[in-house]
Amino acid sequence: MFTWLLRRLFQACFVVLAMTVIVFVGVHVIGNPVDILISPEADQAERARVIAAFGLDQPLWKQYALFLNGLLHGDLGRSFVFNEPALRLIGGRMPATLELAVTAVLMSVGFGVPLGLYAGLKPNGFIGRSIMAGSILGFSLPTFWVGLMLIMVFAVTLGWLPSTGRGETGELFGLRWSFLTWDGLRHMAMPALNLSLYNISLVLRLTRAGVRETLLMDYIKFARAKGLSPARVIFVHVLKNIMIPITTVVGLELGSTIAFAVVTESVFAWPGMGKLIIDSINVLDRPVIVAYLMMIVVIFITINLVVDILYTVLDPRVRLETKA
Amino acid sequence: MSATLEVRNLRTHFHTRAGVVKAVDDVSFSVDAGQVLGLVGESGSGKSVTGFSIIGLIDPPGRLAGGSIFYRGQDLAKISEREMRSLRGNRIAMIFQDPMMTLNPVLRIDTQMIETVQAHVNVSKAEARARARDALGMVGIPSPEERLNAYPHQFSGGMRQRVAIAIALLHNPDLLIADEPTTALDMTIQAQILAEVQKLTAEHGTALIWITHDLSVIAGLADRIAVMYAGRVVETGEAADVLDHPVHPYTHGLIGSVPSRNHRGERLRQIPGMTPSLLSLAPGCAFRSRCAHATDACAQEPPVTETSPGHTARCFHPVSS
Ligand SMILES: Nc1ncnc2c1ncn2[C@@H]1O[C@H](COP(=O)(O)OP(=O)(O)OP(=O)(O)O)[C@@H](O)[C@H]1O
Ligand code: SF4
Ligand SMILES: [Mg+2]
Repeated sequence: MFTWLLRRLFQACFVVLAMTVIVFVGVHVIGNPVDILISPEADQAERARVIAAFGLDQPLWKQYALFLNGLLHGDLGRSFVFNEPALRLIGGRMPATLELAVTAVLMSVGFGVPLGLYAGLKPNGFIGRSIMAGSILGFSLPTFWVGLMLIMVFAVTLGWLPSTGRGETGELFGLRWSFLTWDGLRHMAMPALNLSLYNISLVLRLTRAGVRETLLMDYIKFARAKGLSPARVIFVHVLKNIMIPITTVVGLELGSTIAFAVVTESVFAWPGMGKLIIDSINVLDRPVIVAYLMMIVVIFITINLVVDILYTVLDPRVRLETKA
Repeated sequence: MSATLEVRNLRTHFHTRAGVVKAVDDVSFSVDAGQVLGLVGESGSGKSVTGFSIIGLIDPPGRLAGGSIFYRGQDLAKISEREMRSLRGNRIAMIFQDPMMTLNPVLRIDTQMIETVQAHVNVSKAEARARARDALGMVGIPSPEERLNAYPHQFSGGMRQRVAIAIALLHNPDLLIADEPTTALDMTIQAQILAEVQKLTAEHGTALIWITHDLSVIAGLADRIAVMYAGRVVETGEAADVLDHPVHPYTHGLIGSVPSRNHRGERLRQIPGMTPSLLSLAPGCAFRSRCAHATDACAQEPPVTETSPGHTARCFHPVSS
């Protein structure tokens, strides 16, 4: 187990390093921030001064070396626009995105598993079929459109929920979170639902497929032959088995949910990392873009690792093999 | 004394898209306490469906289409699911063919045993666990206390089947339906398990239905034998009668023509032809297309005739031997 973890960490470091190269080169290909940052009226001397100040006069390899050096010291550069360390800038926005993404993923389990379970147990009933039809919508409707519709219905027409911003926040671990206040939760409801729609459909279908498959297994028939109650058979024997793939997928989806929060954050003006990155791309604020991408890579790697560990905890068969 | 189980004219049909599959079609037999009934037949003859019908685990599109299943005089075909569940795993237990598949892979053995105890008797978890441990010891699993904490994949196939048997015998059932529990295991383990189950059921007076497609497996074990073909019992009788003097042409084919007192270990002989599809079964005797004795009369439904006391066959032209 320990050597396995060590190997994984080593692999992770390598992936991060590879990503720095890709990200760094990629960002330089997109465009030159000088054109945007410096006003057209600025004279030649002013231009040169700014370029030098941002280190843009250095050759690419040198800029990369400087960046790597900074990375080792936990410094990913300063934002051209806000003149603040990029990492602090992103860190400040991270709680908003994290709580949104985590809430969305929790909702996908909270709605997806019961609905999928029902659809799996009663696949031919009207409700079971309706759930499946609904899940196709969840997959195929574009996020931004659903977001706008939610705003139309719940904010504009019914006036039940606020449509923009985080609302009131509470403090925990020195960070500000919306989920700690009632007003914050009300603000989070629509964006979280919007963000979770795709995942609800995914979890729902996964659950249904898992239930259908598991129900045919001999061990389910044997469990019934033992005289167990239907509830025990479903909630222990069936559910425990399908929780393995569901946990894996949900865990991995957390990463992409964080990454794809961009659209939802834009629609609901949710001040998270996604909103920041869109703004930064518009003005080619390189350090922020790079820092954001690095952050996403690290998040993905961390989630993958955690999911792998969880998997070994959940599945006794895997557990034995890693021990051996 | 009435039989522990008496199945009368049982019919179990599956209503599939392609048509009605009469998997069990007019099956009758009975087993007494402490007796062993061998239920024999080729693959697809309806042996498992018969077993599942008795224990009430036929799922749609299948359903009981007729007949009675008397357990100690009570018709299981008529009782509620709730009553059936209180019998299942308690008074009537079943073990399956593939030991690799019968235990839930993500639950520990103790979980799977304790839940079985607690499903039927109101005892503490510690008490249930103690019973589980004793049951494991009884079926010959070494250091049962430790093995309780193991997961199924940590057992061999033979050991898993022993665990399944231990689970089935937790409540000393009146009836045990063993659906080819040794087919997937190798010969020596097969014989050991067979002997052990017989010993345990005999000790407690448990009626045993041993399902197999291999007559030689039950030759030395069964008191009575029922031979199934295409959803029907074609021959029943005392084991010795059926083995030594088979009267149905199908049974004849199964055993072969060489009469022998000791059939144990004897190889099964292939019968030419294929098992007919249950979907398109023509009226009359289902064995007709493969039968050397068939005549025009066999296009009609053959009657069940008693060729000697307690020995019946469903055939127009029973073979005398
Ligand atoms: N769920 C089902 N739907 C449709 N037909 C079924 C279903 N279950 C069983 N059958 C049919 O019932 C018939 C009898 O099946 P059964 O499993 O009882 O055979 P078996 O004698 O136990 O054979 P084996 O030795 O292969 O286990 C088969 O022809 C099968 O096609
Ligand atoms: S009824 Fe006719 S076809 Fe059927 S087994 Fe007897 S002799 Fe053969
Ligand atoms: Mg079978």
